[in-house]
Amino acid sequence: MAMNYIDQEAVSRQLPKRIAINKIIRGLFFGSTLFGLVVLAVLLYDVITDSWGWINWNFLTSVTSFDAANAGIIGAITGTLWLMIIVGPLTMILGVATAIYLEEYVKEGRVRTFFETNISNLAGVPSIVFGLLGLTVFVRMLGMGSVVLAGALTMSLLVLPIVIVASQEALRAVPSYLREASFGMGATRWQTIKNVVLPAALPSILTGMILAMSRAIGETAPLIAIGIPALLIPLPSGLFDSFTVLPVQIYYWTIDAALNAELASLAAATIVVLLVVMFILNATAILIRNKFQKRF
Amino acid sequence: MAQSTSVSALIKEKRQKSKRQKLENLVPAFLFAAASVSVLTTVGILLTLIVETAMFFSEVSFREFFTSTEMQPLNRNNPTFSILPLLSATLLSTVIAMFVAIPIGLTTAVYLSEYATESARRVLKPIVEVLAGIPTIVYGFFAFTFVTPVLREIIPILDRTNILSPGIVMGIMIIPMVASLSEDALSSVPNSMREGAMAFGATKFEATVRVVIPAAISGIIASFVLGISRAIGETMIVTIASGSNKNLTFDITQSMQTMTAYIVEVTSGDAGAGTTAYYSLYAVAITLFFFTLAMNMLAKYISKRFREAY
Repeated sequence: MAMNYIDQEAVSRQLPKRIAINKIIRGLFFGSTLFGLVVLAVLLYDVITDSWGWINWNFLTSVTSFDAANAGIIGAITGTLWLMIIVGPLTMILGVATAIYLEEYVKEGRVRTFFETNISNLAGVPSIVFGLLGLTVFVRMLGMGSVVLAGALTMSLLVLPIVIVASQEALRAVPSYLREASFGMGATRWQTIKNVVLPAALPSILTGMILAMSRAIGETAPLIAIGIPALLIPLPSGLFDSFTVLPVQIYYWTIDAALNAELASLAAATIVVLLVVMFILNATAILIRNKFQKRF
Repeated sequence: MAQSTSVSALIKEKRQKSKRQKLENLVPAFLFAAASVSVLTTVGILLTLIVETAMFFSEVSFREFFTSTEMQPLNRNNPTFSILPLLSATLLSTVIAMFVAIPIGLTTAVYLSEYATESARRVLKPIVEVLAGIPTIVYGFFAFTFVTPVLREIIPILDRTNILSPGIVMGIMIIPMVASLSEDALSSVPNSMREGAMAFGATKFEATVRVVIPAAISGIIASFVLGISRAIGETMIVTIASGSNKNLTFDITQSMQTMTAYIVEVTSGDAGAGTTAYYSLYAVAITLFFFTLAMNMLAKYISKRFREAY
């Protein structure tokens, strides 16, 4: 059978055009990658110019006020800290324990599939639905009201899937020869986990933890749903005190900005504080990862 | 002498061993209890949603909720409940968001995976991902105080609160998700396939469009579906920038309220517990819950079912 040879002439006629298209596309796609960067720059520029001159010591240390010039965010900062103090240890214990159970005890089979399917579905539930759960169970059914504990428990359930998945990955990265060596020395399963596996996985677990915390301090919707106010309330000093947090404060100032333009500046200033805190958290996470994480 | 010490040591060791054994048996029980918390959370969510939704449908008919078009839950004389206005707002904002997120996310993924040098990739990828870490409340502020005023210069008929601006900003928020998941899919296509295409004389672009993208299509589509799920569940951006108008409309220059924004309005407002308006919250939430769950399961199904193994 005769072969159809390639029409050399047609190919070389089209070639410059095809190469040009490739070059144009390359430029376009690079531009689209930069789009994200440009938006990020515009967003930061917008927030910083709006807040210019509003962030000072007085703003950071005063309680909120109806008078924009005297308003501060110490209440929201204290509330956010309270939230972190509970959410951090609670999710760490529950998350790491769940991960150990799945990675070191169950390993495979139906039980594990069941738990993992549940966790991944939970991670996809919109945060506002967690807010409704908190409102119904903690605030109303258990009668806590919109207090620190109710907010912290709601937030813990929300970020728990993130901590579990991060911890699972950390445990999975510990090579099995370390476990086998420990078993070979006569250690029990729990001794092996406690003395060998957990220390090796700790940096990655901490990195995941910090990223989860960073998510928790930026979450707004579930806390608004459980009724966290942004009114003149005393600073929280216990688990059963009313409180507010930075993002909720930003929300109320933003929606009231239509009435009073100064409130937009207050919201922007609070955003800058929130972003700085998140930046510090993320930088710490990266630092821990680079400094302590071992590659096996 | 050696005999006597070894006897007492033996007893001591045995005691320790039984203590250790007890701990060894206790630990899995504790771990199981911790693992159950996530299961209980799911049960809790389902139970609260179902029980309270049942209360709602004992007062408002299924038919009214899903087929009527009037939504005035806080009207004292004649409250009406219809999810359609909320659904149309959710649908519109999601479509607008995906119009932004899909093209930019996919082209970013292609650039990072096919065109960028390793060093450029190492710089650009984390910057794109920073966008995913910014709290949604900040995006809401950005949409309301920056994007909407800018858009109103271009489209004068745009309302001060509208669905267009939060839709666009939501799309920007979802770019990293689409870009990062699509890039994973593209990167997992083996190099031999690219090289094969290029050995036949294809340009990089041709190899990408004809060979690499088709090979990675399941992961790419799954990233779109996950993006949609994210857009449906997004709350703060639409709450702040789209207002609370509950008219059934498809005019994107108008204020509209999504399902999520409705939940925020009713919970932060003064609908007392036990009122129909309060129960409507749960009927809306359960609809939202099933929409996002369906999308997440669809994404998982697509990436599993149509995955090409190399």
